[in-house]
Amino acid sequence: MVIDFPHRQFAHCESGVTANLLTHHGYPCSEALVFGIGSGLFFGYVPFIKLNFLPLTTFRVAPGGIFKKATRRLGVTIRQQRFRSPVEAEQRVDELLAAGIPVGAQTGVFWLPYFPPAYRFHFNGHNLVVMGKQENDYLISDPIFETVVSCPVPDLRRARFARGALAPKGRIYWIEDMPQEIDLRTAVSAGIAEVCRVMLKTPVPVAGVRGIRFLARRLPQWPDKLGEKKALLQLGHIVRMQEEIGTGGGGFRFIYAAFLQEAAAVLDDERLLDLSQRCTAIGDQWREFALIAARACKGRAGVRDSVVQLAQFLVRCADDEEQLFVDLQAVVREHR
Amino acid sequence: MKKEEVPQQGEWTAGCREINYAVDEKGRYSLELSSGWEAKNITLGQAWEQIEEQLHQVLVEVRAGRKSPLAYHMIKNQMDPALLAQYTGLAQWRVRRHLKASVFARLSSEILNRYAALFRIDVATLCRVPEQPDLALTPPES
Repeated sequence: MVIDFPHRQFAHCESGVTANLLTHHGYPCSEALVFGIGSGLFFGYVPFIKLNFLPLTTFRVAPGGIFKKATRRLGVTIRQQRFRSPVEAEQRVDELLAAGIPVGAQTGVFWLPYFPPAYRFHFNGHNLVVMGKQENDYLISDPIFETVVSCPVPDLRRARFARGALAPKGRIYWIEDMPQEIDLRTAVSAGIAEVCRVMLKTPVPVAGVRGIRFLARRLPQWPDKLGEKKALLQLGHIVRMQEEIGTGGGGFRFIYAAFLQEAAAVLDDERLLDLSQRCTAIGDQWREFALIAARACKGRAGVRDSVVQLAQFLVRCADDEEQLFVDLQAVVREHR
Repeated sequence: MKKEEVPQQGEWTAGCREINYAVDEKGRYSLELSSGWEAKNITLGQAWEQIEEQLHQVLVEVRAGRKSPLAYHMIKNQMDPALLAQYTGLAQWRVRRHLKASVFARLSSEILNRYAALFRIDVATLCRVPEQPDLALTPPES
């Protein structure tokens, strides 16, 4: 059985899955809108949490957050389920498919055979939509791929029960009911207000603008503390967290800038267009940071010089993001 | 990023393309396809080089009879004893012991099967190591 599902390719898995699911249930919307309403933008540098043995740096909120917040703010009723038994987990998906309901699933990238081999790391926060089953394959709408892909049943089982950090435990989610009316203005301004709060007023020094400054202070110490080789590995890891397939730190800033353009129309406020432009400029800066960092990893420049330069870059990103969110907060307050 | 700046530097993507958000001349956002980007190519290459280096090191130790072939397959699959323990349902201290050549040589076929099934190889392959690290990645198109 195959559900007629509107697969569209997007830049990021979770916001893409959410946008496609909403569209399927009769509310056509863009990835950027979902990303904005779901308050997807974030920064966190958490050196005591390790991913692939390297410190966690993230440019987005924790997996699951975008779907949960975007649907809640739009008034959509969702269901979520985790499983202990893979057999039960599989039966449930088959039941839902039989009822014509496309199912969102959290998976581990390492076990998904349709990923390019070089991208298959142990990352368990990847989202996709199961939209059909044909004999021994599931048909999958994975929003970071151009077309619908198929995945053998045992492979998807493994991916849904991947172990390690962020283990999905078979987690699936789906839309149960759509609201009669959607209050888009309130949803958009609530989404913006939360991102401003998280980026500016975080209580912990590892998150938001403070997190960027924290990383900027730590980065120049790496070569002495860890040795040049490990320092470069950590630097490369930041870039990978920033620009990995389907995500992107600069990328997230661009998605957010695209959202601000849509928000300008929704809230009928021209000032958001200027803020969108500034957000684009910040995204460009992050991309430049990534490129300089990557070239340092390749050994084209001295490590010690590079980390100092990169730290200055980060301080500038932090300053610009702080100013952006302060101004954004002032604008959105008038709409609340 | 401007539309015309969307990078097309495919290297590791095996023909897959991804979406980049870029602005047109009027500053409006649109979704553009990108086949890859230098910064990603470099850092992805760096990550795999690191794994390959670890594999070279472990091969030396396996040949010297200190470590078991399991140590090689563990690294090849980007795992550590903690993750391996979770996947196989064995205690971590047992997994650590199995990394020793002498302990590994005496393992029951039941345990060997568990490891082999996890790595999706047969037991014979699990019990030996290749001459050179055999990471099956897409070779960079130069």
